[in-house]
Amino acid sequence: MKNVFKLILTGLLLTGFNTAQAQITEKPGFGKFAITGATVHTVTNGTFDNAVVLIDGEKISYVGDNAKITNEYTKIDASGKHVYPGFMDSKTYLGLVEINAVAVTVDNRELGQYNPNILAFTAFNPHSAAIPVNRVGGVTHVLSSPTGGVIAGQAAIMDLWGYSPDSMAVDATAGMVLGWPRYGRRGSFDRRTDQKIEEEYNDLISDIDLFLDKARFYDKMMTEFEKDSRGKQHPDKDIKMEAMRELVNGDTPLIVEVTRSQDILKAIDWAKKPENEKLNIVFSGATEGWRVADEIAAAGIPCLVPALYLPTRQYDHIHRPYENAAKLHEAGVKVAMMTGETENVRNLPFHAGYAAAYGLGTEEALKAVTINPAQIFGIDDVLGSIEAGKQANLFISDGDPFEPLSQIEHVFIKGYKIPLATRHTQLYEEFLDRDAVEN
Amino acid sequence: MKKILTLFVLMVAVVGVKAQETGSVLIQNATVITITGEDLENTDVLIRDGKITEIGQNLSAPRRVPKVDATGKFVMPGIIDAHSHLNTVSTNESRNPVTAEVTMEESVNPNSVSIYRAIAGGVTSIHLMHGSANVIGGQNETLKLRYGANVDGMRFEGAPRTIKFALGENPTRVHGQGNGVQPRTRMGVEQVIRGHFDAALNYKKNREEYLAAKAKWDSDKKGTPPVPVAQNLRFDVLNDIIEGNIWVHCHSYRADEILMLMRVFNDYGIKNYTFQHANEAFKVAPELAKNGARTSVFSDWWAYKFEVYYSTAYNASILNANGVVNSINSDDSELIRHLNHEAAKTVRYGNTSVHDALKMITINPAIQIGVDDKVGSIEVGKDGDVAIWSGHPLSIYSKVEQTYIDGKKYFDLAEDPVDMRISIDPTDDFDSAANFEAFHSGRQNDACLEGAFILNTETIQQ
Repeated sequence: MKNVFKLILTGLLLTGFNTAQAQITEKPGFGKFAITGATVHTVTNGTFDNAVVLIDGEKISYVGDNAKITNEYTKIDASGKHVYPGFMDSKTYLGLVEINAVAVTVDNRELGQYNPNILAFTAFNPHSAAIPVNRVGGVTHVLSSPTGGVIAGQAAIMDLWGYSPDSMAVDATAGMVLGWPRYGRRGSFDRRTDQKIEEEYNDLISDIDLFLDKARFYDKMMTEFEKDSRGKQHPDKDIKMEAMRELVNGDTPLIVEVTRSQDILKAIDWAKKPENEKLNIVFSGATEGWRVADEIAAAGIPCLVPALYLPTRQYDHIHRPYENAAKLHEAGVKVAMMTGETENVRNLPFHAGYAAAYGLGTEEALKAVTINPAQIFGIDDVLGSIEAGKQANLFISDGDPFEPLSQIEHVFIKGYKIPLATRHTQLYEEFLDRDAVEN
Repeated sequence: MKKILTLFVLMVAVVGVKAQETGSVLIQNATVITITGEDLENTDVLIRDGKITEIGQNLSAPRRVPKVDATGKFVMPGIIDAHSHLNTVSTNESRNPVTAEVTMEESVNPNSVSIYRAIAGGVTSIHLMHGSANVIGGQNETLKLRYGANVDGMRFEGAPRTIKFALGENPTRVHGQGNGVQPRTRMGVEQVIRGHFDAALNYKKNREEYLAAKAKWDSDKKGTPPVPVAQNLRFDVLNDIIEGNIWVHCHSYRADEILMLMRVFNDYGIKNYTFQHANEAFKVAPELAKNGARTSVFSDWWAYKFEVYYSTAYNASILNANGVVNSINSDDSELIRHLNHEAAKTVRYGNTSVHDALKMITINPAIQIGVDDKVGSIEVGKDGDVAIWSGHPLSIYSKVEQTYIDGKKYFDLAEDPVDMRISIDPTDDFDSAANFEAFHSGRQNDACLEGAFILNTETIQQ
């Protein structure tokens, strides 16, 4: 009898185990889906109540209230729910860093000062444990970025679903990352004279200028050769210069990491130089953007900003970080939200929520995590809103997605209906009601 | 006559001091989140001379008591952060694995503008902790955030003494890896604790024997005087821990090290303790509940170092469902500005009830630092530490409008000057601003290691 009991128990345990395994290996849905009854926040074409969104394969095929839903469609009744475009975190290290304190898992910082040929795409680990954990919060694609040095390398926009960087890349070379040199004293320990500070800063800037000059020359040389190679000697290929060609042509954005107002102003001056006019510059960080919002707006430079950070100066008003996005927007700057995070890009909606609460408003904050970054990075033909023909990155929530009390109920990435199981939920299910053991 | 005059002057002085420290206010017509009871609609809260004296409808108060119309707003107890290094001067005395004798009392910066930033987030009390470099670190200090007061004025009167312990990567990195002394492993961490407890007990026995022998010799002067056993402050503190006079707050992450400490504490009869951070506490929730151990955790931090890699944002919900008294802490001067929001995440991750989520930043941390008889809920007789919120505190759109400590208003959104520094460092460059680098490069450690690695960076790099 005892043995039978044991057998049953083992059977039960195994079933439980199988359930857990099933979650790990659960396949995403793919094909034809009809989301019905929801309030659809298209972002670009207003909000529809009780509307239908059809997904065919990788794309949204219909948005409206007059759809014919055939039997081939898997129906998702979303009455009383909300459909939003998948959110984009405009600057992260997701996929590049697994555990920040364990150096061998940190792949976002290459050695060297000028690394335009370094690609985040290459080191993006599709199997990072952080990817499922974060995408179920409604962040469906991110800019994953290298950092460090002067030119850190190229950031990639990645869908958070797939088995290879190739299948996940929305844009493998989405932007070149430049860490803007800090102007001025680094702190009270910095004993350099004003003159010395100026000289050293100017040297750093001339290095950047020189590098760009070389790149422009290289591009011109190569373009001439490619146009007509007759009678010309084949120029040596330079891997770094090659990587700069799309940048100097303005095809690839230059993501300038800059935070303090002094540095922002210096970077604007630099951007205004005639030779830099072609560059497609985006500021990232810009935590003191509010101080010089008018100047940024006049220069027409979009900003990627977080909201949850400390006031940058002791004497600043407590709410400046929350208000930064709003003040930039009011001045006329195009704003996209970023977290700068790795394992917690799921907090992006909350950065947007704080920005919304402190002046930006829910509608604009929604744009700052959807269509604005898509426009800034030139992928708005593919992503950033709920429109027929666009890639199906979207989620269904039971309320305002900026509210932590809302739950995200379904997530679609590139048409795939993503399993909501992640390491975090699996641990929850395993340990919520764990068998107590004697201790 | 002169005596009477002196007495009178003294009385005026005392009353004067009291009047300066405490205040009275009548908050009218709010939704009152009492925490220990039901939420009360259209309710008034009267605070007189620092204490909550009445909760009810249509309360009246003397003319001199200011009245605040809180129609449509929410009143909740001041938030309590059970893990903070908000205004430390230094955080770690990191040159020995055991430094029980040091106290954060000596390391409070009452002028830090971070205090004001926290009050503006509805926080009224913090547990100012020693860092986590040492297995047995320094003693902590519980503060009320009376911005503008000096260190003595910020002290939370009547709060029990507490001390910081630390397990896992931090002490093994700082001492074993960094200084070449035990502990280098989690095995060593246990023995450092047991070894010091035993040494402290031996010391106590020897010291008491010596003191008795000395007293005897002092009275009868017979034979040779006893060999002195010198007083040892470190061992005195360790004995206070064993005897239950000092509560332990232990930095920990992994489930096995949490079990280890409970085993050790059971052996020495230590009962009142809280695991801090405790990212893997959910794995041993039944054992924690059985031992009456408490936990104070992050809402969602994970994966920044190896010992938090196999953890989950559902930690708080699992602990709560298993009957463990859990709080959500910040350990961070930014997170402390929105602990309401951090608590709200426990609803998203694991369906903790709104009521329980709010307990995790009010009464639960109060229990953990032993001040739940004074703060952490809105009840008659408790301290007038409350915040008025524009909406429900778990909504991202809600703002703190006013914060009161002992009935005195310390924050008012309507009168909120830009520059709230009390002391200005003349060596600070006016143009210097915090860079975004820390944010950009991501987090590697909890804030508990502040100061420790600066000393040991050279030696720990492999």
